[in-house]
Formats: sequence, C-alpha cells, structure tokens
Amino acid sequence: MSATVRSQEEIAARVKALEALMIEKGIMTTEAVDRLAEIYENEVGPQLGAGVVAKAWTDPEFKARLLADGTKACAELGIGGLQGEDMVVVENTDTVHNVITCTLCSCYPWPVLGLPPNWYKEPAYRSRIVREPRTVLREDFGLDIPDSVEIRVWDSSSEMRYWVLPQRPAGTEGLDEKALAELVTRDSMIGTGVVKAP
Amino acid sequence: MNGVHDLGGTDGLGPVVVPENEPVFRAEWEKAGFAFFPTLFRAGLFNVDMFRYGIEQMHPAVYLVSPYYEHWLHAAEHYATKAGVIDEAELEAKTQYYLEHPDEPLPETKDADLLAFVDAAVKHGAPARRESDAPAKFEVGDTVTVTQDSPHGHTRKARYIRGKTGVITHAHGTFIYPDSAGNGGADDPQHVYTVKFTNAELWGAEAAEPNGVVYFDVWEPYITPAKTEGAAA
Repeated sequence: MSATVRSQEEIAARVKALEALMIEKGIMTTEAVDRLAEIYENEVGPQLGAGVVAKAWTDPEFKARLLADGTKACAELGIGGLQGEDMVVVENTDTVHNVITCTLCSCYPWPVLGLPPNWYKEPAYRSRIVREPRTVLREDFGLDIPDSVEIRVWDSSSEMRYWVLPQRPAGTEGLDEKALAELVTRDSMIGTGVVKAP
Repeated sequence: MNGVHDLGGTDGLGPVVVPENEPVFRAEWEKAGFAFFPTLFRAGLFNVDMFRYGIEQMHPAVYLVSPYYEHWLHAAEHYATKAGVIDEAELEAKTQYYLEHPDEPLPETKDADLLAFVDAAVKHGAPARRESDAPAKFEVGDTVTVTQDSPHGHTRKARYIRGKTGVITHAHGTFIYPDSAGNGGADDPQHVYTVKFTNAELWGAEAAEPNGVVYFDVWEPYITPAKTEGAAA
C-alpha cells in the first residue's frame, strides 16, 4: 500500500504497462477494450431507462409489473444485463421522493443508466446523501424538496440495483412514448434531478 | 474492514462537484482501467466481492483523491500480483518504459472468444443470486438490529448502520455472501433483506433531517431480532 498520488501521465503509463502485460498473458486484447468502450459510450446509456419510464407512464399494467419486478419488466423491452441482474424500481409521488446511492463503492444500474457520472462515485456525494439528503439536493443539485415530502435514500449495499421512476410532468397528456422519453433525464432516475418540462 | 471507503455519514468532504457535461471516459487510459474488471474477472483472478475488497485496501489518502478508474487499476494489480500472473518489478519496469515512450503502441493480438465473452457478459450479466435450502429467519415487517461486529476483512455492513434498528421492507431471496466470497471463501449463499432506518435512528433526533429514511440491504448474518419492539417505528 503506497501513499503515492500520481499524475495523469503516471497513471496512464501504469495502466498501459498492466494492459501490455495482460495482453502478453492472453488475458486482454485492445479490441476487447475498444468494444467495451464502444458499448458504454454508444449503446448502453440513460436513453434505455428513459424508454422504460415513458412506457410506465403510458401503460399502467406495465408500470405495475415494473414496480413488482424491475428486472423482469425491463427484460420485456430487451433491457438488462451486467450490474442490473436484480433491479428494483422505486416510484416518486406527491408525498415521496427517492434517491439512490452506493456509500461503500459505486454500484449503479448500468443496463438502464449506463456508467455512473463521476460525482456519483466520488466521496462527497456518497458520504452526505445518506446523512443530509435534503440539504445536498437543495444546495448541490438545486432541487428543493419540501419537508412535507418524505425523502427515501436507497443505499445499494447488495447486488440489488435501485433506480427511480420519476413523476410524469403536467402538460404532457398529448405526448407519445418517444416524446415522453426525451423528457426523462439521467438525474431524474437517480433522484438528484427532475424530468424536463414539455 | 473499517476502511475509509465506508463513507456513509462522513462529514467534511465538501460539496458535490457536478460538471455540466462529462464524457463517459475522460482519458484513453480510463477505457483500459474499466476493461480490467471484466477481462481479469474472466481470467479468474477475482470475483466481484474480491474486486471491491482489492479497492478497499488502497491507501486511504489516495483512495479519496484519485480518479475513479485508478481504483480499478489498484484492484487489478493487487490480484494479478497475488496470483503470480505478474510481478511488481516487471510492472515497474514496463511503467517506466511507457513513461518514456507514451505513444508506443500496445502488442496487437486478437481473441474472438474474449469479444464474445464481453458481449455476453454485458447482455446477460453475472447474477449473484444463488439457490439455498436455508429457510429465511426473518420476514417483511420484522424489526431487526444490525450487529456491532467489525470484521477486518471484506464486508458490506457499513459502520453507519451497525447497532441500528430498522424494519424489513423487502425479502429478496438468497445471494452470494460478500463476507465469505470477498475474502476468497465460498459463495455461502445467505438471505438478503432491505431494512428501512429512520433518519433519527441513524443520526440522532437533533442532527437528523426531518421526514426521511434510508434503505440498506443486509445479509441475514448481519441482523438479529430487535430487543425493543417498535424502536424504529
């Protein structure tokens, strides 16, 4: 265990060195690295979760199935996989606001949200969101949750992956699923943001 | 272990820094840092719980300030060295080489099986659910207290819930037990429950924010029946 704080150049060299050794041992290839980057840069991201939310807003029976078994309901839409093997969807209402975290590391529902933003993985958010969520949401995310609304924080300590079904905004009665999905933001499914106005 | 990674409830770490827009990978090295996890996992160097424990053993000061994927580099190095797949001197020498020749290309190899593994892993995942005949000792609605034990090895029993009393809201079935698998032991499947704790129970009535609860998942050995019923009603 070393207390060396490395520069970007030093980390890059050390990663490259380990990667080269893993390639020599037949454990890694550069094409596998490229493929993984391609998947999480272009294929698996919050647009998938947004589609699930839009369907739940427009299909009450699907919504009931989604809240009963998140993994199974997402599988109906061909969505699932790594780090979302067991998903639980929690619903925001007029009286409940949900927000997710992983205080012990960085657990996050990759199949619906992609890889987490850096702030989600960093110490400030993880340390404070379980202790003063109302303050963090107001001061750091500009989200004012009145005291009358209960804040439920979900700490993903196991392999269960929690994520938020945000409330459908007013004035969206005429919109179809595709238009609704475009209103759903990543942060609204983490619980640190809201859905865009139509 | 009572490590610095167990951050829930720690004060003094400053505001959450939320950039307007951020790429998925902020540097080329982050892509390889990310790929260490699935590829070294496939090579059998660690399971998910051991991977987390590898990160937990980083120097705490470095853990708090280093870029996220450097944590993954640390876990990968830790287990590759431990398994004897690489040695420290070899890694140091190569690191020095790439510091002096940062644009030197990596060895070109192909492996169709590895690519197929990557696609299959992303699509189907690596479920931690395991069959077990053990009957559940608790059910939804039970009031339970988290034990105070502080194991030195890997655990998912965060310090901020130890000794606290809450109510079980979900029973999820049986899963790999991190306190065994993370320390190189067997899967040892255990029942997993979600327990709801009030803010007042966790932080005390004076410091707690109003009208809030925290849900935390526990494996059965983490909890005992609460001594005083209704303590966290």
